[in-house]
Amino acid sequence: MQYDLQLNGKTHSVDAEPGTPLLWVIRDELKLTGTKFGCGVASCGACTVHVAGEPVRSCQTMIEDVADDEVTTIEGLDSKAASAIQQAWVELDVPQCGYCQSGQIMSAVGLLSENPKPSVTEIDEHMWGNACRCATYQRIRAGVQRAAEIMEG
Amino acid sequence: MRIQTTRRGFLAGAGATAFLIVGLGSRGATAAASTESKMLNPFVKIGSDGSVTAIVKHFEKGQGPATGLPTLIAEELGVRMDQIGYEFAPSNPELYANLTFGKFQGTGGSTAMANSYLQYRKAGAAARQMLIAAAAKEWNVDASGLAIEDGMVEGGGKSAPIGQFVAAASQIEAPAEPKLKDAGDFKLIGNPDVRRLDTAIKSNGTAKFAMDVHLPNQMVAVIKRPARKDGIVVSIDDSGSKAVKGFINAAVLPNKAGVAVYAQNTWAAFQARDALTVEWDMSKAESRSSDEIKSEIMAALEAEPEFNVRKNEQVALDGAARIVEKTFYFPLLAHAPMEPLNCTIEATEDGGILLHDGCQFPTGPHAAMAQIFQLPMEKIQINTMLAGGSFGRRATPTADYQVEAALAFVITDRKRPVKLVWSREDDITGGYYRPAFGHKVRVGLDADGKIIGWDHRIAGQSIMKGTAFEAFSVHDGVDHSSVEGVADTPYRIPGQFVGLTDTQKATSLLWWRSVGHTHTAYVMEVMMDLAAVAAGKDPFTFRLDYLKGEKDQQRMAGVLKLAAEKAGWGKAPEGRSQGIAVHKSFGSYVAEVVEISGNAADGVKIEKVTCAVDCGIAVNPNIIEAQMEGGIGYGIGHVMRDKITLVGGAVEQSNFPDYEPLRISDIGAIDVHIVKSGEAPTGVGEPGTPPAAPALANAIAAASQDLRVSSLPMAENGVTFA
Repeated sequence: MQYDLQLNGKTHSVDAEPGTPLLWVIRDELKLTGTKFGCGVASCGACTVHVAGEPVRSCQTMIEDVADDEVTTIEGLDSKAASAIQQAWVELDVPQCGYCQSGQIMSAVGLLSENPKPSVTEIDEHMWGNACRCATYQRIRAGVQRAAEIMEG
Repeated sequence: MRIQTTRRGFLAGAGATAFLIVGLGSRGATAAASTESKMLNPFVKIGSDGSVTAIVKHFEKGQGPATGLPTLIAEELGVRMDQIGYEFAPSNPELYANLTFGKFQGTGGSTAMANSYLQYRKAGAAARQMLIAAAAKEWNVDASGLAIEDGMVEGGGKSAPIGQFVAAASQIEAPAEPKLKDAGDFKLIGNPDVRRLDTAIKSNGTAKFAMDVHLPNQMVAVIKRPARKDGIVVSIDDSGSKAVKGFINAAVLPNKAGVAVYAQNTWAAFQARDALTVEWDMSKAESRSSDEIKSEIMAALEAEPEFNVRKNEQVALDGAARIVEKTFYFPLLAHAPMEPLNCTIEATEDGGILLHDGCQFPTGPHAAMAQIFQLPMEKIQINTMLAGGSFGRRATPTADYQVEAALAFVITDRKRPVKLVWSREDDITGGYYRPAFGHKVRVGLDADGKIIGWDHRIAGQSIMKGTAFEAFSVHDGVDHSSVEGVADTPYRIPGQFVGLTDTQKATSLLWWRSVGHTHTAYVMEVMMDLAAVAAGKDPFTFRLDYLKGEKDQQRMAGVLKLAAEKAGWGKAPEGRSQGIAVHKSFGSYVAEVVEISGNAADGVKIEKVTCAVDCGIAVNPNIIEAQMEGGIGYGIGHVMRDKITLVGGAVEQSNFPDYEPLRISDIGAIDVHIVKSGEAPTGVGEPGTPPAAPALANAIAAASQDLRVSSLPMAENGVTFA
């Protein structure tokens, strides 16, 4: 089937079978590799992208379900919250192996877009589904808090 | 191919940029050169445009060598961190061996910095001296008056960028023994403001892991493996797979260990594999259950040990006023690195093979591929890429997943590159686990509460026996990795007997972040706490009583005191409980205090972890802190709720929902303190892990009427987590 995927501000004509996870369309067809495969069952968050501005797990989001929505991947991030998060991530050296960090950042940007000054509990609740096997959680938490400061200016 | 072995720098490069390449051979500094058809084997590459590139011999899985090794070169050469980049070294153990592994290139045992510290500093210093000599000659001044700062040669009233002298420097003999900076002059080593070189790319999606390889015309291969290890393919029926769009082919691997399913893309490969029917011969397949493994281990603990590790008499505890006794069991554990295993193989135009891989042990897969493809070693190249974690999993004695990829490639016409991808289910069920271990310990105390004897019996599955690494670790029958942390404890314990019994191997076993220390530290530190409680003494001061002595004891006591001080030991706020543990591993000393709220019955919440580490000279304090934070999380996460269990040989867990990773809400703040030291640098990738779990266990005991969890995971043995 042909799908017109609205992704990172452009329309991409994609040939994919119905039921194909958005993750694999992004990675294998569009060759945008910032979005990662970690578990395939929406249990680790490495594949997090934004659909209509909301963080979703692209491994469990089918191509036919996003036909009418704008999809944003890490490569297409462009917002005040996104630049604050990315700046904070660099300042605090949040990543270790880095493999989960695109997903962490997509989730964190989603949080700050909704809630510009989250508490520690709110951060933990929102970021719970993003696993980091290197356990960079301490710096993820600090990174979100630092980004909130940056956004305040 | 030509590798220059004289001590002379050469100009390399056909483009506008010439490179000075400085390496260090076994006989001191050598400068390798290249012409158009060469392979370079340097540690530092300097362009005539002033660009400096460190050639990093250790792979980067998050632990920091892609920053740490360039730091050593930048420090000695005289450039800033924003003036240096890095490339991963090709596979060549002649030049890039891990100096602690013999002639073997690889990363492991927390040795990256320890074995590179002088080697990379010397490479940077040699480059500095050659550039300065070239500048001195050109300016007709004495070299002793010149220095390099921020990438500029300066002195004698002149100043010019280093790139200007690359051509001339390449004609100068490299110094046999480069002069190193005094530690007091360090600007980068030990500087807490030095940041990682790979953070920006890991924060904007541009970092390339092996999983991100997309070669033109590549096929994706996934392997259908037997439900139980060592099952053998009898026949396949791929009629179901043919209905999957993008499916190319399915073929039995030459070793019959599985079926390679080839497809145009990853999703099609997964779908086609699901649709494949395979008949297996399970007559030689793994059939044991974890219950049987556990029973064998527990029985071994009650029998006479196979090995008397310390070669001393069995300790008589008869005269003890009191004996504290505990039996422990540790289950199999999976590594589950965030990036599932994968690698890509392609044929090169010159008839060779190129492997793209987050490669931890290049020498192993290099040799294995030469054998599989029947090619000389120099026809095999490895492109080492960033690795999405490992925790030991990417380094196997069998080069397991690279061999799988090679077998999946060798049976094709080799015109299309093959990218092997593991799913998370493949990873969790696919073998290579931290082995199961049991310990039985009896500690005798005299009437004053002093330890008079420590009878420690260990039983479990040897990681190293029967592997290519046996000679490294097994001596007089004892696999040191089974007893490390007990047999070599810095504690001065009178009358310590250590017995070991190897139990039958089940499934595939592998080192897992901190190897034997994953279980030995837990046992040592829970027993120390139990002994302290029995003696009616404070667990912190009780430990100090056994840490009087030489430097080894002093350093261990040093971190223990620092952690206790910073954590406010004994002064936990209302509603909080503390546990303490200290352990030496990989040459480093780490103490941790875990502070929890709640208790085992009502729910434990890990509020705070305070850590003190002595890893010798702290090359990059920021990365050391990160490794302690991560090591603590890794240690705590698994003891909370993880285990791998077998039923009739089949692994019961399959993905993160039933092998639950540590989550952000599981753990509070971590506060790391680094001991100032002038000792040689030692490991940081693993040493943060061992003390974390016992410190948590001791905190839980303090909060929960002495409930001492001795069988893991905790969540299945009486502990509720909030």
